[in-house]
Amino acid sequence: MSLLSIDNLSVNVETSGEERTVLNGLKLQINPGEVHAIMGPNGSGKSTLAHVVARKPGYSIQSGVVLFKNQLLNEMEPEEVAQLGLFLGFQYPVEIPGVSNMEFLKASSDSVNKARSKEPESTTDFMKRVRSIASSLDLDQEFLKRGVNEGFSGGEKKRNEILQMLVLKPDLALLDETDSGLDIDALKTVSNGVNAFRDSSNGVLLITHYQRLLDYVVPDFVHVLSEGRIIQSGDKSLALELESKGYAWLK
Amino acid sequence: MANQSVQDIIESEKVYEAGFITDVESETLPPGLDENVVRHISRQKNEPEWLTTWRLRAFKSWQSMSPPAWGHIDHPEIDFQTISYYSAPKSQLDGPKSLDEVDPELLATYEKLGIPLHEQAVLAGVVQTSDNANVAVDVVFDSVSITTTFKEKLAEAGVIFCPISEAVKKHPELVKKYLGKVIPQRDNFFAALNSAVFTDGSFVYIPKGVRCPMELSTYFRINERNTGQFERTLIIADEGSHVSYLEGCTAPMRDENQLHAAVVELVALGDAEIKYSTVQNWYPGDAEGRGGIYNFVTKRGLCAGRKAKISWTQIETGSAITWKYPSVILKGDESVGEFYSVALTNNKQQADTGTKMIHIGRDTKSTIIAKGISAGKSDSTYRGLVRVAPTASDARNFTQCDSLLIGSECGAHTFPYIESKNSSCVVEHEASTSKVSEDQLFVCQQRGIDAEKAVSIIVNGFCKDVFRELPMEFAVEAGKLLEVSLEGAVG
Repeated sequence: MSLLSIDNLSVNVETSGEERTVLNGLKLQINPGEVHAIMGPNGSGKSTLAHVVARKPGYSIQSGVVLFKNQLLNEMEPEEVAQLGLFLGFQYPVEIPGVSNMEFLKASSDSVNKARSKEPESTTDFMKRVRSIASSLDLDQEFLKRGVNEGFSGGEKKRNEILQMLVLKPDLALLDETDSGLDIDALKTVSNGVNAFRDSSNGVLLITHYQRLLDYVVPDFVHVLSEGRIIQSGDKSLALELESKGYAWLK
Repeated sequence: MANQSVQDIIESEKVYEAGFITDVESETLPPGLDENVVRHISRQKNEPEWLTTWRLRAFKSWQSMSPPAWGHIDHPEIDFQTISYYSAPKSQLDGPKSLDEVDPELLATYEKLGIPLHEQAVLAGVVQTSDNANVAVDVVFDSVSITTTFKEKLAEAGVIFCPISEAVKKHPELVKKYLGKVIPQRDNFFAALNSAVFTDGSFVYIPKGVRCPMELSTYFRINERNTGQFERTLIIADEGSHVSYLEGCTAPMRDENQLHAAVVELVALGDAEIKYSTVQNWYPGDAEGRGGIYNFVTKRGLCAGRKAKISWTQIETGSAITWKYPSVILKGDESVGEFYSVALTNNKQQADTGTKMIHIGRDTKSTIIAKGISAGKSDSTYRGLVRVAPTASDARNFTQCDSLLIGSECGAHTFPYIESKNSSCVVEHEASTSKVSEDQLFVCQQRGIDAEKAVSIIVNGFCKDVFRELPMEFAVEAGKLLEVSLEGAVG
């Protein structure tokens, strides 16, 4: 069974009263144990794809189906998708002032467990687990007491996304430009986090502009997205080719 | 669209759990206000002559005054002749009783509201950790006090905690000395009205050097139709003493508006500290703005001696209209005044609330943290005054007002006034306005948290600086109440 199966997906978005097609007949399949990377020029629909799958409001699906673990996502609420085990690492993580990181993670974990009719993890166990994951990402304990993304540096925000992913243990993680704005040390830390996460039962979709991330997190498949559809797929060598030639030759 | 927007969330129906009516037979004065009504109230309470005279003087003043028009609130003119100024359950005609004698209907009311009247009990939903977790409660039902718990235990410490009508008889020297001294009868229209017709409320005296052994609390309940509640509270903390006091309030859901015009006076002598917390959950009216309490309240504390400290913390979630400015007069040198406030308005509620910090003594300090949350079509206003007198050398004030808007049809307003007559003072003011954004909501949902819970998490985070100031037992309650007000708001 595939984790994510997208077929013939077309999506419109309305901006200042005008309808635009942002995804146009997109097809993609991710199986357990696979890491996929999506690359493509600005405005090709990469972030849109992540948002649509996570059911962010504001996008209207014109045709096609999005199946996650064989369940149709097309009409689901965003929290239902998340509770099913789909995680979106945000390109621009949002601040939630006054809500501590730890508090937020616990609320999140409890909600997911509740939706799966599971007992909430005891606060002590949970805090222990989170602390150990945080230190693996070079985040000190004070960090967990601060408000979610409140006054965080760019690098801290991205590492915080990885922290959330490792705590929630989703089946599929969509990471939207998690590498952008990171210095080389932070990039390594984040990559180590993703590598620690991947196993034979889960999947990862990396959305990125830069092939350098793929040196650290080696993908099984690389896709090029252009004008709302995948125009080329290959293995890691495709990313290297794109790096030297750009996108123009594909058109 | 299947996705919930912020707007959908705030438009869902509100649940007000305290909105039931208690079926007791009451003795209620017919509506209307004249000198005879004032005399009648005084007679009902067997008051000494000096107090009757005091009331009548206030009534005369009131007649020559007009309601304040400067508030950022909008309501039809209140007809003071349509209100009944005294209502008491018949079973309580002979005054406050011990627990075993209280009408079971009344006991059931408080049980339903989660107010502990049994001396073993603590606030609903809170685990009792030690004997100290107990809270002594005075309960006021319409115009009378029903019962006061833990009286004996408090008496051992020398603390007086009783209905003010009882204090008038048992401790006349204290009442005479302080009543109306912090808030003069003519202070404002509603204070004058209260001085004329006040019914019950609590009286607290903490003797020199005593730390009150438990939290004190008064629970106010309006039950009768067309009745106003005019309670009067007086708290005196003698030198070096300490007390933490909490008041809570609820009322049934009714289509008419009801008036609540209270006066609370605090006096902290040298080195004394009073911490006064309010969880105000009067009926806010329905989604269309029908019904709800008009809450016109005057609260002021006097730091009379050196190093006295008065701290107001308020969580205001109820009432159709809230008009209140708990203030501190910092007369003693090095005295401290604090005001921490969360005011949440939803649907068509209006709140105009804030504080006054009057610096008179040297080295006086005040802190103001005000958080306003507006949802639905509501309006929330912060109005504050920081006044530094020529005598207040090296006075300091820090003010922070933050507004959070939920949805796009509500309003938030800030009117800060600063008057400084001493050049050595430092006055700081910070303000911010933010919105619960669709992005914040989506982030929470993407982490598995439903929209309703997400709004409550975001709002609780916004209020954290104020919740921290509440006594532990009540911080939990306040968080829940906020959740209910929104969750109510959130269906």
